[in-house]
Amino acid sequence: MKKLINAPDTVVTDALAGVAAAHPSLAVDIENKVITRAGGPTPGKVGLVSGGGSGHEPLHGGFVGLGMLDAACPGEVFTSPVPDQMLAATKAVDGGAGVLHIVKNYTGDVLNFQMAAELAADEGIDVTSVVVNDDVAVQDSLYTAGRRGVGATVFVEKIAGALAERGAPLADVAAVATEVNERSRSFGVALTSCTIPAAGKPTFELGDNEIELGIGIHGEPGRRRAPLAPAAELAAAALDAIHADQPLTGDLLVMVNGMGGTPLIELYLLYNEVHKYLAGKGARITRNLVGNYITSLEMQGFSVTVCRMTDTLEQLWDAPVDTPALRWGR
Amino acid sequence: MDAAFFRDWMTAAAAVVETQRDHLTQLDAAIGDADHGINMARGFGAVTVALEQKDAPTPGAVLTLAGSTLISKVGGASGPLYGMALRSAGKSLGDVPDADLAALAAALEAALAGVQKLGAAREGEKTMVDALAPAVSALAKALAEGAPADGALAALAAAAAEGAQATISMQALKGRASYLGPRSVGHEDPGAASMALILGALRDVAAQQAP
Repeated sequence: MKKLINAPDTVVTDALAGVAAAHPSLAVDIENKVITRAGGPTPGKVGLVSGGGSGHEPLHGGFVGLGMLDAACPGEVFTSPVPDQMLAATKAVDGGAGVLHIVKNYTGDVLNFQMAAELAADEGIDVTSVVVNDDVAVQDSLYTAGRRGVGATVFVEKIAGALAERGAPLADVAAVATEVNERSRSFGVALTSCTIPAAGKPTFELGDNEIELGIGIHGEPGRRRAPLAPAAELAAAALDAIHADQPLTGDLLVMVNGMGGTPLIELYLLYNEVHKYLAGKGARITRNLVGNYITSLEMQGFSVTVCRMTDTLEQLWDAPVDTPALRWGR
Repeated sequence: MDAAFFRDWMTAAAAVVETQRDHLTQLDAAIGDADHGINMARGFGAVTVALEQKDAPTPGAVLTLAGSTLISKVGGASGPLYGMALRSAGKSLGDVPDADLAALAAALEAALAGVQKLGAAREGEKTMVDALAPAVSALAKALAEGAPADGALAALAAAAAEGAQATISMQALKGRASYLGPRSVGHEDPGAASMALILGALRDVAAQQAP
């Protein structure tokens, strides 16, 4: 597998050095692996911290900036960051109004963020955590680690970020984050696996004519394998799964997200299918994102995330944001 | 068993996870995200460095330092879980300069309790607990039967290895493998495999140092 790297062991630090060089709006602590806003914390504003394994760029570092995150903690590729990182980030963004941890629902992320929140509380910082678990592919039951946090993470970071930027208190920012999570559902489909730099070969093999339905974002297999089908059918498979879990009606925010290796021409083609499907259900797409927002290295595939909107959530979505990956309203 | 013994155990554990890193990664590719071997090798490599650079004068201090290092260096679920296991064991050993077999058995029971409290896994859910729990039982049984140290630790390691093999037929109810549901059956759990390796290293260090 050909990769644009120098050596597997230095991928994360080399990439962080590139992020630092490219984005003066960010302060990148390469040694401790924490990305913050260059201007520092905003006094009186709730600080937003998220993080997770590297390999999902632009998530999360690309979402640090006005109107969105205050800090992101990148772990090793596909590996949750460690409590030290989250604690350092929490202290760095504390503007005296408390800190919100946005945690994707994976055992590692949850455990490490939990440890960090306890350490932060010991130091007198008010931390509230919201867990994102929007993926419908894993049947949420007593018999799994629960639903994975995927595309809705982007929505939560943007909308909670907007409310925090207005100076809202921690409880309100946490409440809107929870509301966005509860109104959002996602489903992903892979055409290929991906290759972790240190592993050297794909995490799983898909035949030329095979796809994987219900994938996560770490190259792990999903709900089931299926034969390749036209985009219209794949979009329908994803949206059927979402609709079965939470009926698709009303005004919707829709993200058609590339897993990293799928070209934009295909993502737009898929968006057309998603648009037609939702029109067929009588729902209306009022806001959208099409592109690579929460990726899985070079995996070919897509995920769809749908959030049932309200007027308030739409206003918060439209609020100004100035980050490397999302920028509008200024 | 003094601090030097426990250092030797941690060093031996680091060596075995390094030689087995590709195997552990492969197990994790089948039912996870292919990073367990990489993470454990990095974590235990850091443990070796920490033990060289920092002071840990008692068995308890050695395991506590190892656990804290894993928490700071591994990430994922393995970092907190292995970190908690070793920190719990270290705490159980207290300040004694020398631990006897009974103290070691109590420490490993504390490790198991710590892991189960943090991760909420029970036996049969296809996790590291499926290697550690049978190992702790086997050691307790050997102790009760008056077995000598090397025999008791051989029983510990054998039970851990069998426990890891037994995970093959289980369906994962915890962790990333649980997303696969029934597809997780037929694959050995990487956390159970690494736990068996680490307990095997304990047996080996004791055997080498037996009079």
